[in-house]
Amino acid sequence: MTRLPRWADLVLVPLISLLLAGIISALVILAIGESPSEALKTMVVGAVGSPYAWGYTLYYATSFMFTGLAVTVAFHASLFNIGGEGQAQLGGLGVALVCLALPWPHWTLALMAAMIGAALFGAAWAAVPAYLQAKRGSHIVITTIMFNYIGAALIIYLLVNVLRPAGQMDPATARFPEGAALPQFHDIPFIRNLYLRYDGSGVARLNAAGEPIYQQVPANVTLFIAVLACWLVWLLLWRTRTGYEIRAFGKSQQAAIYAGISPVRITMIAMLISGALAGLMSINNVMGESGRLLQNSAEGAGFIGIAVALMGRNHPVGVFLAAILFGFLYQGGAELGLLTGIPIELRTVVQGLVILFTGALDHMVRMILGLFFRPRRTVVT
Amino acid sequence: MDYSTFLQILDSTFRLATPLLLACLAGLFSERSGIFDIGLEGKMLMAAMCTGAVAAISGSVWIGVLAGIGGAMIFALIHGLASITFRGNQLISGVALNFVASGITVLVAQALFRQGGRTPPLSGDARFNPIELPFAEALSSVPIIGPLYAEVISGHTALVYIAILAVPVSWWVLYRSRFGLRLRAVGENPASVDTAGISVVRLRYSAVIITGLLCGLAGAYMSAGLQAGFGREMTAGRGYIALAALIFAKWRPWGALYATFLFGFLQALALRPDVIERVLHFSIPTPALDALPYILTVIVLAGFVGRAIPPRAGGEPYVKER
Repeated sequence: MTRLPRWADLVLVPLISLLLAGIISALVILAIGESPSEALKTMVVGAVGSPYAWGYTLYYATSFMFTGLAVTVAFHASLFNIGGEGQAQLGGLGVALVCLALPWPHWTLALMAAMIGAALFGAAWAAVPAYLQAKRGSHIVITTIMFNYIGAALIIYLLVNVLRPAGQMDPATARFPEGAALPQFHDIPFIRNLYLRYDGSGVARLNAAGEPIYQQVPANVTLFIAVLACWLVWLLLWRTRTGYEIRAFGKSQQAAIYAGISPVRITMIAMLISGALAGLMSINNVMGESGRLLQNSAEGAGFIGIAVALMGRNHPVGVFLAAILFGFLYQGGAELGLLTGIPIELRTVVQGLVILFTGALDHMVRMILGLFFRPRRTVVT
Repeated sequence: MDYSTFLQILDSTFRLATPLLLACLAGLFSERSGIFDIGLEGKMLMAAMCTGAVAAISGSVWIGVLAGIGGAMIFALIHGLASITFRGNQLISGVALNFVASGITVLVAQALFRQGGRTPPLSGDARFNPIELPFAEALSSVPIIGPLYAEVISGHTALVYIAILAVPVSWWVLYRSRFGLRLRAVGENPASVDTAGISVVRLRYSAVIITGLLCGLAGAYMSAGLQAGFGREMTAGRGYIALAALIFAKWRPWGALYATFLFGFLQALALRPDVIERVLHFSIPTPALDALPYILTVIVLAGFVGRAIPPRAGGEPYVKER
């Protein structure tokens, strides 16, 4: 097989994969009797066409950054963590317990405490599969899948029988106190000016008290924490001894053991960090958006992390970009469900196709690309 | 608990274990040949939709079953293409195909019938009807065995009996036929099979095709036997329970039968919380019963109760020439 130049491997392979996924999705849209160009237009307008649209796209992207980073850290230790979904739900439980424990005076204090809760609960849910992989050799893919289901059952039990306030019908916790509400984009100075509502003559509309009215969007300060997390993960993986050990272990376990790296230690560390990152996602949705813990709070974001990590080539910069792409896909897909005859499930199809092409058929994509590059040297695969 | 309640629960055990058993045997063939398949769920879902849709249009359940097998087969072949021909990551391919199936089934069902992603309710010949086994009526008056035969063993749909028959057939194919010997060998040490002049690629593709066939039956049973029509995400994690049962069974056909009937029994119990409370004098929360198959599997995986050792070459693509 022709070895591709590095830039082609990093940039072209994901882009061609995306293109292939897009072509197949367009064929699917044609097959169900809708117009692919109209669909793309609806998605672009609905997901990136206005500050309001960006308020949703970036909200989804924030969650995907955390789960994408979670999958990335585990991938570098050659561990495939499919348990992001369960870890994120348990992280949500940590957030809810912290937020409901005290009448928080200010959101900054609540945020810091909730982050610790989210990370601890997420890491705890990854700890058992990690321990079983490290000590007993149980396959981490299977155990993390099992833990997703066990976690979902646990959350349902807790929401129905323990955390639900008396007299409430739907399985959810009580609402968090005022002081635990994170500022959303329409609460943040300067950014909120993008969300002013205008009347017909272009003058900002005011409420009865003479204050301007803002459009409500779910994107919140967690976005900045997610970007910071991208940088910290980069720092961890490429600028620390532990990160080096994780990557060495992922490349060759034999060599790593020979170099004195403990497989048990690295498996545990990588999975605990991965679980903590997946858990941190719930700052965004549980604390930043819904303000209480609901059933199935992660809404599949844990799984999208797999697509984001594969698309982002397991690098924090790639994860950042891929998360925004999937935020676009998610918000755009929701708009399709609302405005056209295309069901919202199209986004699940695109997500699956992107995972398929970037993660499983990547050799095929490389083979296609190899036709366009002059063979420099053949490598032993 | 009285005898008739016990029989009722056993009866639903048969019905709930059938899709698990078919999917578990499907996974058995694939994994024994060295191809990990966590896409059982997606293939079942695809088959359930195809069966539901085609049975509703044609009015014949058997044409529906053929369509279901076809749908599952397409996904099985894509998985084969990714993991055998292009030597991709088998786990990622399985995850990806589950997502594609989850979305595309709703898209197609919605485009065909415009009923919110469902297929129309099936009735009459478009659905599997119960088969009364001979002498069920005559024997039902015999104490203990009579009702057991008449209510539990008799009166299921054809696929239930096919699924149970598939167990000895799978055992014979895997352990008594030349094909089975080669299939098990290719999952343990593909290089030795290759050295003996047998095509690894062809063997693995045949295993993947058998997986598609059995998943097709499992999905068809979901939409035309257990329920009457396809609904979104109707397999509800059964593909993963089947995967768990496969580990529980230690990759053996008879073990698959016992494991899926144990998990089917747990599902049947979860439907009858009143019975549990009467027998145990305290209630077990339904989520705990739902999670029990997964918890049991983790315990088995951890090696505390026996050791579950997967086929050695599982998950690794075979490279013939370097």
